Amino acid sequence: MYRLQRDESDLAMMKAFEVSNEDFSSAGTASSKIKKILRQIGMDAGVIRRIAIATYEAEINVAIHSNGGHIEVYIKSDKVDIYVEDTGPGIADINLAMQKGYSTATKEIRELGFGAGMGLPNMEKCCDDFYIESVVDEYTAIKMTFNL
Amino acid sequence: MKIIDLVNHEDFKLISKISQTEREIAGVECCDLLSWVMANGQEGEAWITVQIHSNIVAVATLLDFSCIIVPENIEVDAEVIEKATDEDIPVFSTQLDAYGIFKVFYEAGI
Repeated sequence: MYRLQRDESDLAMMKAFEVSNEDFSSAGTASSKIKKILRQIGMDAGVIRRIAIATYEAEINVAIHSNGGHIEVYIKSDKVDIYVEDTGPGIADINLAMQKGYSTATKEIRELGFGAGMGLPNMEKCCDDFYIESVVDEYTAIKMTFNL
Repeated sequence: MKIIDLVNHEDFKLISKISQTEREIAGVECCDLLSWVMANGQEGEAWITVQIHSNIVAVATLLDFSCIIVPENIEVDAEVIEKATDEDIPVFSTQLDAYGIFKVFYEAGI
């Protein structure tokens, strides 16, 4: 389901990826595919790196915390818009969730190296524009823009 | 120091299959918090981690690490090795601990 309105002006290419919540240890598939596509296009390596990190963190968050969701990549001539939307518990306090080190991940998930509380701050740091909204027990939706 | 030098080193065992061994190792990252690694890892680094689930392959691929090194003889599942082979990421197993691995790299001038 679309939570955020899409901006399709100047759209050159759109790719959509489903993210499952079933096996978070193998999550990272969507972000790997996105990186390969951007490489094929010949995008600047620094931008690809930032997008790869941000989409990976987003994908892990969806896999760990939600009931599943999707990542959509809108590639334009001067920027890339990435929408990440899930259904699930949502985030009660977004300001708290944006703080480095804050995490609601379980002990089991932390033991696998996830849940350091750096996912959302990493995402915000990597992109040029970051937007997040969430409704508890319904969804979380994020839009990240990367200028080219 | 190149990947081939680790392949030929008696303390390291290459456990994934890779297509080329001439890649230069640019540095070393040693951390098990995946978000920390994502935020701080640099292209071309060798990554030492005790995490052995298949997500380490995704992290290494996304950051363009030169290889993954699993220390202290920790056993890696066949599924993870297969994924690393698919992504052409060298995975090394060693009986050395992180400090022992650092010494090898330091002596090699990294």
